[in-house]
Amino acid sequence: MNKQSRTPIRIAILGVLLVALVFAIYSSYAKSGEVEIGDAAPNFSLMQLDGTPLKLSDLQGKAVLLNFWASWCDPCKAEMPDLEKEYGKWKDKGLVVVGVNIGETPLIVNQFVEPRGLTFPILLDAKNEITKLYNIGPIPTSFFIDAEGKVVDKVVGQMNEAIIENKVAKILR
Amino acid sequence: MDQTDLDQVKCECGHANPVGTLLCESCGKPLDQSEEPDGEKQARHEFPDMRYEGMARRSQTYNKSIVDRIWNFFSSVKIAVWMIVITLIACALGTVFPQEQYIPVPVPTEADVAQFYEKTYGVLGKIYYALGFHNLFDSWWFVTLLVMIGMSLVICSLDRVIPLYKALSKPRVNPHESFLKGQKLRGEAVVTDDLDARKVLPEAAALLKKKGYRTYQEGTSLLGEKARFSRWGPYINHIGLIIFLLGTLMRSLPGMYLNEFAWIREGETVPLKGTPYYAKSVSAKVDYYSEDEFPEKLDLRGGVIAKNYQTDIILYRNENADLPGAEPKLTKLKEGIATVNHPFTYEDLSLFQSSLLPMQLRALNFTLVDQKAGNKELGKIKLDLFSPVAEQKVADGISVRVIAYFPDFYLNKEGKPDTKTGQPNNPMFALEIRNADGTPPEKLVYVQGGTISDKADARYTLGIEKPDFYNLTGLMVRKDKMMPMIYFGSVIFLIGVAMGLYWQHRRIWVHFAGDRLYIAGHTNKNWFGLRKEVEFLTTRMNLPVQLVLDSAKPAKKKRETGESKETAKQNG
Amino acid sequence: MDYLKLSDNLLLISFFIYLIASIVFTVAITGKRWANRDPELHTKRYGSIGFIITVVGFLSQLGYVVTRWIGGGHSPTSNMFEFMAFLSFTIIFAFLVLYAIYRLPVLGLFAVPLGLIMLAYASVFPREVTPLIPPLQSYWLKIHVTTAALGEGILSIGFAAGLIYLVRTVDQKVKSKSTFWLEFVLSTVLMLIGFIIIVSIYAGLDQKTSFEFPQYKDGQVQSTQNVDYVLPAIVAPYDSKITKQGPMTPLFEAPSWMEGKDAARKLNTLIWSIITGLILYGLLRLILRKRLAAAMQPWLEDIDPDLIDEISYRAIAIGYPVYTLGALVFAMIWAAEAWGRFWGWDPKEVWALIVWLFYSAYLHLRLSRGWLGTKSAWMSVIGFVIILITLVVVNLVIAGLHSYAGV
Repeated sequence: MNKQSRTPIRIAILGVLLVALVFAIYSSYAKSGEVEIGDAAPNFSLMQLDGTPLKLSDLQGKAVLLNFWASWCDPCKAEMPDLEKEYGKWKDKGLVVVGVNIGETPLIVNQFVEPRGLTFPILLDAKNEITKLYNIGPIPTSFFIDAEGKVVDKVVGQMNEAIIENKVAKILR
Repeated sequence: MDQTDLDQVKCECGHANPVGTLLCESCGKPLDQSEEPDGEKQARHEFPDMRYEGMARRSQTYNKSIVDRIWNFFSSVKIAVWMIVITLIACALGTVFPQEQYIPVPVPTEADVAQFYEKTYGVLGKIYYALGFHNLFDSWWFVTLLVMIGMSLVICSLDRVIPLYKALSKPRVNPHESFLKGQKLRGEAVVTDDLDARKVLPEAAALLKKKGYRTYQEGTSLLGEKARFSRWGPYINHIGLIIFLLGTLMRSLPGMYLNEFAWIREGETVPLKGTPYYAKSVSAKVDYYSEDEFPEKLDLRGGVIAKNYQTDIILYRNENADLPGAEPKLTKLKEGIATVNHPFTYEDLSLFQSSLLPMQLRALNFTLVDQKAGNKELGKIKLDLFSPVAEQKVADGISVRVIAYFPDFYLNKEGKPDTKTGQPNNPMFALEIRNADGTPPEKLVYVQGGTISDKADARYTLGIEKPDFYNLTGLMVRKDKMMPMIYFGSVIFLIGVAMGLYWQHRRIWVHFAGDRLYIAGHTNKNWFGLRKEVEFLTTRMNLPVQLVLDSAKPAKKKRETGESKETAKQNG
Repeated sequence: MDYLKLSDNLLLISFFIYLIASIVFTVAITGKRWANRDPELHTKRYGSIGFIITVVGFLSQLGYVVTRWIGGGHSPTSNMFEFMAFLSFTIIFAFLVLYAIYRLPVLGLFAVPLGLIMLAYASVFPREVTPLIPPLQSYWLKIHVTTAALGEGILSIGFAAGLIYLVRTVDQKVKSKSTFWLEFVLSTVLMLIGFIIIVSIYAGLDQKTSFEFPQYKDGQVQSTQNVDYVLPAIVAPYDSKITKQGPMTPLFEAPSWMEGKDAARKLNTLIWSIITGLILYGLLRLILRKRLAAAMQPWLEDIDPDLIDEISYRAIAIGYPVYTLGALVFAMIWAAEAWGRFWGWDPKEVWALIVWLFYSAYLHLRLSRGWLGTKSAWMSVIGFVIILITLVVVNLVIAGLHSYAGV
């Protein structure tokens, strides 16, 4: 055999190996299950505090601020009034704030929600199923979902009014 | 243009060899000698290395284009060893401090991780974190290193195995004398009348056969060959490693690998993330060894030794799994147990008994006592810590309502009751007792094991009863479809190393040329074993041959003449 | 029958037999120039006697393994004492096999004492038979640990032969890097011996020093810990108070990051081992008036370096697949069965891989790059050091999932 006939074979072998390399590096980076900006928000259905189920897909066509929280989380507490204010300000323009409580009993959720006068829907993720689905780490974590159901932004940690307003503007278009 | 003229080198014997051939493919005569050998000694010292049988290897021949250069890079054993050494050092560094996944305290955010290393290990820890060693084995450069080792395995093998295959499938039965004189183990004798090729060769062939050699004869030349297959060992073990690495790589494909964890309280049924399944912990238990089970008396200082951790599990399929969070529709699939070392399995899903926390608080039990009626016990109250009932009837006309519940009670900055975590580590309940007889409701607070009333002269109080406990089980939820491939690769690797290391490819030449008899031997390892076999041949046949075995000095181009002579072995 | 008592006695017997065998091998090698002797015949005869004595010791140790297995109800590979005793068993076994092939008494001079030291080292760990905790209740305990120990035992013979090669060939006329590092290796062996001696001495005396020290969590004192030193205290735990005065006052405190109940105690023991090892080394240098290796070299003069190089390589070539099978493949299968992942980058796993990578590099360099003789011998020595790190340091210092195997 001569050199000319061998080179294409070698290029092919090197090509395959290069693909393997790229794939390996890519998979070491891509964390499995994480819901990232640009992804479609995974659909789910949860009970609301009042006992009626709410499906995320039912909110298609509206801008959704999905906020994961718990009563024992201080920044979540601090954030709630701002969320309520922004909800009041933009709900007529098509914003829905959805608070997902992580794994607490309705009694505790009630004793948290009532004194704060929260009016946006509160969902009970009793078995942490949706929390795991969205791979929630530290809370609060908020997802900004546009009318098409796409995650436009994601914030881990406490937000203030200005930040919320800024992000909400992006999903209200 | 005549391509063959450029790419081939003709040997004396007439065989056309590819460029880069060190020893003629047909007769074994060295091809790359720039000058004519003047005398035997020099011929031997300039004799090329016998590795890969002196065949032309792509990587050693061309290095002009980029493809050539990359190919040559990965086909170099030197580079491969460097990659092994770098991996080795990286691994060692990765164990200096614990990896992120093994940090013993909870570190929810990246900042906590950074702080952990700095706080625990000081400046060194800070550097360790800054360099990314806390997540070394998942880092892009470590993964790249492993894949590059894989690439090197593929290319090294291809570069060598093809020429080696060509060489070994055509054994050099009748080699050139310079080939025989160039061998590490060799001897020669002047042919006398009683040394007749027609007599000696069949006799030698018979002896070699007895020792397990396969023999080839061509004219006045005899070749005995044994365990040629061991030469394939390295390639087979490399193939095994490649399969292994591919297996680990393919685990990143969607659906191939699942790694989750589920905490389940006794009696609870929870969804298993990433699967359509739900698992129920019917019961979870820890057994301890009793003292009479000890093989000898032990002083445990009041401690105990666990004997068994076990969870009885029922696995369900959720027919409603398409919509997460929706009311599940469960069909029972399998009932079984998980203990350490013996997972619960269903199809390719395995649940591993990983953690078991016994005696966790589930519910507080009280008796409601009427202090005004001579401490009369009115009835029982149960306060479930995970889903307390808002209102319960205690006795006729008397009910208890939970007005506040803080699972992990503390007083916050504003001095108000609050909860530190979601776990019932320090439950606090505020209760309201209503009586249908019209007396105003009374409030009671249970906190830190005691009861406080809102009235100085309270009617009701709580008698504390034994609480309800449960065992909390932690299950690892795993699926690994690549396991068979990983095991298969390991087995192939082991077969390969065993072939390559437990057998040796040995060849012995007995060759008559002109007035001389040449004997030469070659093996890829265990020269002393080979010498013994050649000695066996020469002593049994009374051949007047003096065997020489070159010293095991590094096979460098410039060997010092004196040294090899000094250690050359004598044979009588 | 009291199996456990019997097994203790059998182990003690094998210890003394190995001691005698070591002496016989020493006589075989050093006594060949004694008056009126045919050196070759002398070495051959004493070599054979040494071999037979070692076989007897090995059988006694086999008896220990069997009786402890029966008496304890599980394979004697479940804690540090059992493992080290088993490693000594596999080292002797590997030596017997290689001796049977090559019949080289000098191998016994190095290999039997190596097995002996491992056995003595085992004795410093608590030796009670404890019932198996759930993670160890698997037939892979016997399969994985015994095969891994066998592989390590065979590789240790590669080290013994490599060391012989170095003592035989390193030029002792001039001081060089090689002579320094060779002395370093020999003094490290002496430190191990020093450690065994000093721990054995103080275990007999009641000279305990007790400390009390706080354990911090998030910058706050969480609990107070107590630790007893058997050896006199050179280094105290960080921020500690002495509750029972020992034979000496500590000279300094361990750094704060050395957390854990026993970290400071281990550091103290390490310092003592180094001191005793260096004292032993100094005494030997004083008596011999030359480098240790230089003193040993004349005994080895008539040994063919090529043969000993071949033995070292052969041992590693035999040990490598066994090690791979035991320490990696079986380990992966067990890990997959017990933890649901065949590999988790646990420190012990990583070090097992490091050993494997190192010997892979050795084989490549030897087979493809022609690293024979001296380079190869140095690598066999380094390889053994890495094995010891894996077996001892990782368990005692970097505790991971295998921490239950420690003390």
